[in-house]
Amino acid sequence: MATKANNVVEVDKVVVKFAGDSGDGMQLSGTQFSDTSAILGNDLATFPDFPSEIRAPQGTLAGVSGFQVHIGHTDIYTSGDDADVLVAMNPAALRYNMSHLKTGSTIIVDGDLFEPKNLKKAGYETNPLEDGSLSNYTVIAAPITSQTRTILKETGLDVKTMDKSRNQFAIGIVFYLLNRDMEEGAKFLAQKFKKKPELIESNVLVMKGGHNYAHNLQLIHTTYRVNPNLTKKGKYRNITGNVATAWGLMAAAERANLPLFLGSYPITPATEILAELAKFKNLGVKTFQAEDEIAGVMSAIGAAYAGSLAATSTAGPGLSLKSEALGLAVMTELPLVVVDVQRGGPSTGLPTKTEQSDLMQALFGRNGEAPMIVMAASSSSDCFHYAFHAAKISLEHMTPVMLLTDSYLANGSELWQIPDINNLPEIKAPLVGENVEGGYKPYLRNEESLARYWAVPGQEGNQHRVGGLEKEDVTGSVSHNPHNHEKMVQLRAEKVKRAVADVPNQELNGPEKGKLLVIGWGSTKGAIFTAWKQLFDEGKDIASACFNYIMPLPANTEEILTGYDEVLVCELNNGQFANYLRMNFLHIKFTQFNKNQAQPFMVSELVQKFNEILEA
Amino acid sequence: MTEIKYTRKDFVSDQEVKWCAGCGDYSILSAVTNALPEIGINKKDIVFVSGIGCSSRFPYYVDTYGIHGLHGRAAALASGVKVSHPHLSVWIATGDGDSMAIGGNHFIHLIRRNIDVNLILFNNEIYGLTKGQYSPTSPLGHVTKTSPHGTVEHPFKPAELVMGSEGTFFARVPDTNPKMMKEVFIEAAKHNGASIVEVLQNCVIFNNNTHEEITGKEVRDNNQIYLKHGEKMVFGAENNKGLVLEGLKLKVVTIGEDGYTLDDILVHNAKDKDATMHYLLGRMSLPEYPVAMGVIRAVDAAVYNDELEKQIANAKATSKIKNMNDLVNSGETFVL
Repeated sequence: MATKANNVVEVDKVVVKFAGDSGDGMQLSGTQFSDTSAILGNDLATFPDFPSEIRAPQGTLAGVSGFQVHIGHTDIYTSGDDADVLVAMNPAALRYNMSHLKTGSTIIVDGDLFEPKNLKKAGYETNPLEDGSLSNYTVIAAPITSQTRTILKETGLDVKTMDKSRNQFAIGIVFYLLNRDMEEGAKFLAQKFKKKPELIESNVLVMKGGHNYAHNLQLIHTTYRVNPNLTKKGKYRNITGNVATAWGLMAAAERANLPLFLGSYPITPATEILAELAKFKNLGVKTFQAEDEIAGVMSAIGAAYAGSLAATSTAGPGLSLKSEALGLAVMTELPLVVVDVQRGGPSTGLPTKTEQSDLMQALFGRNGEAPMIVMAASSSSDCFHYAFHAAKISLEHMTPVMLLTDSYLANGSELWQIPDINNLPEIKAPLVGENVEGGYKPYLRNEESLARYWAVPGQEGNQHRVGGLEKEDVTGSVSHNPHNHEKMVQLRAEKVKRAVADVPNQELNGPEKGKLLVIGWGSTKGAIFTAWKQLFDEGKDIASACFNYIMPLPANTEEILTGYDEVLVCELNNGQFANYLRMNFLHIKFTQFNKNQAQPFMVSELVQKFNEILEA
Repeated sequence: MTEIKYTRKDFVSDQEVKWCAGCGDYSILSAVTNALPEIGINKKDIVFVSGIGCSSRFPYYVDTYGIHGLHGRAAALASGVKVSHPHLSVWIATGDGDSMAIGGNHFIHLIRRNIDVNLILFNNEIYGLTKGQYSPTSPLGHVTKTSPHGTVEHPFKPAELVMGSEGTFFARVPDTNPKMMKEVFIEAAKHNGASIVEVLQNCVIFNNNTHEEITGKEVRDNNQIYLKHGEKMVFGAENNKGLVLEGLKLKVVTIGEDGYTLDDILVHNAKDKDATMHYLLGRMSLPEYPVAMGVIRAVDAAVYNDELEKQIANAKATSKIKNMNDLVNSGETFVL
């Protein structure tokens, strides 16, 4: 299609937010836009933002569902701060997102719905399209509903079905505005509606209609192009954190040559891990949807005892319920991967929103001296890597490992470079052979790692018992001997400490000494890194580090933290990592930057905070 | 099946047994170790799983694989063992506190799923290990340390929970009858599905003689009926009492009195899929009825672990994805 002679401006990055009612197909539009951008070679990250209600009343603020996509010619580390382009399918979607728009951004709305009934539902007293409140933005008020119905008039579809294609009209406009490839958009629809072929054509028609509308009416004088990111080479796929976590566990099982068992109970935002693994019976994966969180983890411990790579997946409230069982896993010294997809807490909290507030629970939330290896993923795609390594360390050190992700990583997606699974490290669990000479002793240990040797039922001659009662070292007999207990407490702690041998050194960005070191852990990595890079590139005296290994901390942690005027710990809680660091490094002074809004950090607020300190 | 000849001694562990002298658990342990040589399973493939309580020390005393878990959670722990490794013979030792109170949820779901494990429920109607508090099976009004004025709550009958959960196997035995225990444990082992055996067990310290009216030498013949599949429901010291159905209720009659003959007496059908009669038999209690012993219900139904293995075999046979490399390269990928 020939483009009219308007300006095409090349930009490095664009943030597009699709927002509408829960049923408006915003997740589909967002995926359509991100997948087609990936095909063009853009780097990207996405983040869905949806209410915890499945279908809140139509047209209300409570029912607004969103999907943000950040695409780039340069590397992308977050799903973006404020949007450059907002698609708002109704007044509520506009109102909900007004505070997350860049000044001068483009707003595409369905003008048909800006009438008294829907304006009232959204809480508008006057029509924002008419009262001048949007004067700082480029507003495209397209009659999306009526146009969609007109386009589909001849198809014989009912109005309800027609209206489900409204999102495609908006996508058509976005594709025009951002010079996306319509062919790829159509291919996406063909794939999406493979099982409902009658909808392929109608959706493509509406998408083209939107594109033509934007073209013909000359509403848009400048369009934008985000060129391919040429630093990325190779084969990629778009992956969410929960899928990456599930696949990481599966890859670990394959590299360990052990069957994978997941015992779990549905809980937002972790459920997709269970649902994803449930698909792969073809690879022998067993999922057990238990009657509750406790049975989820207990069945996993049973599977571990019997010789599986066992895992359980949950969110904060579920982790609370599993506490006692995690103590059993510590005591029986069995391998177990516990995935906690953090969400806003405490209690039921904000189930669909993100937070980093389970760190203390992960580290210390058990009775007795119950040390546990704790690690955190820092991007949607590296959930694969950390799930794999959680399993590797757990199996090789014979101790449970907690992997922390969060709602932002779990539901967000980004491009993941597809690895060759055969090149991933082999995982060697300390399994013994049958009929161990002199009799199998369940608590006999590897002298270096202190991991106990693992015998499993079905092996001839290695009958043994484990359990939650304190055991005598080496023999595993029940023991209440005070000195033995002292010894076992120290052994379990020391075993966790020695896992540091398999923890890579912490990476540092920027100078080794100087004015300011900003640190974070887990999912804030992208935002902190982006903010750091911006200031560093401006020549500011700033360094950054983002931790993935929390317990044990990397061996060079103290070295990294030393030598700065200020060490600022940034996290989405009230200071849990900062307090953990204080406990470990008494002589270092830590300051804090905390956010408790159950939303990820915005790069802009980090930049502002860092500048305040640097300029003080 | 490879026949390995075991004796009881092969299943006795080297651990010192620490139950109270005179505890009913000893006779259960003995009956189990007597039964295990006859179930035709290699001892390397046997796992005992337990929760917390006196009964739950059981795994330490059997020379097989064993895991001593958490209070109430034995059923969940055992589910993981069996589902992940279905070739194992999995046994659960649990009590009325463990499985009827804190673990009630896991108990009913284990039964509902019909996972092929054998659960021995030591029912002494009291908390023993915590020293004498009433349990969910203690009779209404029972005076204990935590109910000094008598309980004001109704007890569970384990049989009713099993029937209500669509259980496929339920048996009851008294801890005073080693021969019956052994026979029933062997039946439980043979049953494919969740086998629940309630043992009326005596806690000699905190609830001594709680089952005396059922198990006492003087009364047991009249107060118990040992049900056997395909046989008449006859009992009594003189073997002249029997059960008949009147309307929706069972009734105890004396053969030769009131016109009742042996022909009128019900025949026990443990394999009847309809659990109505098993429910009536399971809930019989003194003084109106004798207490039913033996295998009350043993029916075939789809077994969780078998069905799962079938799904896996089918998926493996039909899927193009054979390993993780196949998976990560499948579907939508982008070459940049």
